[in-house]
Amino acid sequence: MIRTLLARISQKHRTILWPDGPAPALAQRYRGLPAIDAARCPEGCRDCADACPTEAIAFSGGKPQLDLGRCLFCPECEAACPEKAISFTSDYRLSVRARDDLRLEGAALPLAKALDAKLLSLFGRSLKLRQVSAGGCNACEADVNVLGTIGWDLGRFGIQVVASPRHADGLLITGPVTKNMELALKKTWDAVPPPKIVIAVGACAISGGPYYDRPEQLGGAAAVVPVDLFVAGCPPHPLTILDGLLRLLGRLEDEGRIAAR
Amino acid sequence: MTGAVFTRTRNGAALPLARVPVTDFDAFRGALLGDLAAGRRLVSFFATPEAGAAAALWAVVADDGPGTLAVARTLLEGDGFPSLTPAAPQAHLFEREMAEQLGLKPQGHPWLKPVRYRPSWRSGHDAWGRTEGEPILPAVGDFFRVEGDEVHEVAVGPVHAGVIEPGHFRFQCHGERVFHLEIALGFQHRGVEESLLGGPHRQTTARIETLAGDTTIGHATAFAQAVEALSARSAPPRAQAIRGIALELERLANHAGDLGALAGDVGFLPTASFCGRLRGDFLNMTALLCGNRFGRGLVRPGGTLVDLDDALAAELGRRLEETMTDLRGAAELLFGAATVLARFEGTGRVDPATAEALGLVGPAARGCGIDQDVRRDHPTGIYRFTHVPVMTAHDGDVNARAFVRWLEAQRSHDFVKAQLASLPTGTIRAQEKPIRPEHVAISLVEGWRGEICHVAVTDAEGRFSRYKVVDPSFHNWMGLAMALRNEEISDFPLCNKSFNLSYCGHDL
Repeated sequence: MIRTLLARISQKHRTILWPDGPAPALAQRYRGLPAIDAARCPEGCRDCADACPTEAIAFSGGKPQLDLGRCLFCPECEAACPEKAISFTSDYRLSVRARDDLRLEGAALPLAKALDAKLLSLFGRSLKLRQVSAGGCNACEADVNVLGTIGWDLGRFGIQVVASPRHADGLLITGPVTKNMELALKKTWDAVPPPKIVIAVGACAISGGPYYDRPEQLGGAAAVVPVDLFVAGCPPHPLTILDGLLRLLGRLEDEGRIAAR
Repeated sequence: MTGAVFTRTRNGAALPLARVPVTDFDAFRGALLGDLAAGRRLVSFFATPEAGAAAALWAVVADDGPGTLAVARTLLEGDGFPSLTPAAPQAHLFEREMAEQLGLKPQGHPWLKPVRYRPSWRSGHDAWGRTEGEPILPAVGDFFRVEGDEVHEVAVGPVHAGVIEPGHFRFQCHGERVFHLEIALGFQHRGVEESLLGGPHRQTTARIETLAGDTTIGHATAFAQAVEALSARSAPPRAQAIRGIALELERLANHAGDLGALAGDVGFLPTASFCGRLRGDFLNMTALLCGNRFGRGLVRPGGTLVDLDDALAAELGRRLEETMTDLRGAAELLFGAATVLARFEGTGRVDPATAEALGLVGPAARGCGIDQDVRRDHPTGIYRFTHVPVMTAHDGDVNARAFVRWLEAQRSHDFVKAQLASLPTGTIRAQEKPIRPEHVAISLVEGWRGEICHVAVTDAEGRFSRYKVVDPSFHNWMGLAMALRNEEISDFPLCNKSFNLSYCGHDL
């Protein structure tokens, strides 16, 4: 007993203060929201699009358009650009309510708005989620799990991952939804009592991610269930996932858009 | 090794295809069974489509003592061949895989079922006689059954209670006692191997890095080594050291997480809580290195994408010591608690003979006293210059698998600390060179779960005509099934956690 208490003291209090205090420091090399300065794009250059592993970058009118739903936040485009027109910022806020909101056209990312008043009154202070991995590589799963550790303590927001869909208010889905998981996902969804919500975490669950063109998968959760929140990343940082969840529940005060870059 | 059939090579080397003779099947089978009977290990065993024949079979065997690998191939005229599994159980899942992928029929295989529940690559050739276009449902089919008045069956999954990947578990129970567990996977199948054909493509690296997302560094290093071997170049010493640091940080993060999860499964909350946080601290060190907690965007063929400057090395070293002090406290508390040991010891025992027969790898094998580790037996990169002591335990139970992880974490810490103090100078990326056509390269890495094996075969244009991946979980899932025999079904979560295998690494 005394050893346990001494260990407890030496391990210290570790729960982050955010959102009431500062957010935990992200690594200096962390790749968050990409910023594109299309004005610097050389005529006819498509180097970033050619380097992208998921065809997340398309050109229209000579300007690059980035689909954050497909983006793996890998360093390939940044490295390929001869003019350094693409760079990754440290902005970790990457959650939106609609799939199209992730298609960046130079301006801004419309961050997720809260659920409507009726759903907020039901889930605002207590949200129980069932997690379904449907082809996920265990990175998104791991960083969802992290939110349950003492460092993040998801329970303090009334959010909990529960063991049965019957106990849940919604699903948190990771993975591109493999064909072999389609039926299981659908059955899990059917077992959740309405009203219910769906949160798609990671590039795979939004668009198929690295497997976007494979016939063995369905291109994300929206192929099977209606999605209420999209959290971009590969995998999204735990802070990104928590930010998305709290925005959805109207628990974050800065409702505004990210300033235009 | 039978010289006429097998060609000797080593980890991280490439051979021209012309140096791997195509032998007749009987000679191939005899030589392979002879090698395995002599105690060598089946590292990879796979089939590739072949014009003018049913398929080519490839086998890679490791001789851990002298640190050599040997590769052989044969051609199959028809779909059937006498199964090797009855004589060499290590082959069981490899043969099921080739039956599924190419419609081959290993005759006499004791339990020939699909692995990933997908159609055959060869149209018109299906090992189970299914017609083309017929829907294939995962985990639907025969399961081994124990009959009897008081015997009952428990089915779990694919969707589990925790935040983990999907798989289906079928228990044959007598009361609480498990007679037999059968594990059916394939739910995570994304078609990775198929998608690598004709590569490397621009999508290839992202798929390698997500083969098993918690083993990004392990698989990316195996891929980098294979491509480097095929293009006759090697990563500069500094890059090799950085890769080694990242590989050991990956091991530290996962071993710390596993110790916490094991503590959680026996209700020992202090270590469960501490280790949940400590795992994240190790992941954050990887993020410090490359910007991503799982090591995405670090390892590439030819070296690494990012370097480590003095300030970063110092910061990594500082955090490593701090985190290790806390991990030591958490682990000592765990292994010093009688309540924990009462649950860990004697639970989920696998005997060494079973472990060897099944070809288990990693901490699951070393926990049975099997003294093998790619880093020592088949060293490449930095491990040729800095040796990591191999840790074993002998009881083959949950406690042994847990304790090996704690011992390995300490050795990984020592290794990273030493590397940070003496990083080689120089560049981090070797100049790109073309991949040589018609070569085969074999690349092994000791990932945190055990041996990762990538075999790359190139065509006349220098593209992958086959890229075979073996995740350590592929060897080890059967080990978990054996560990459950005669255990209480309520100990399944604990046993499962003590293996902590990858579903997507198995399902590909």
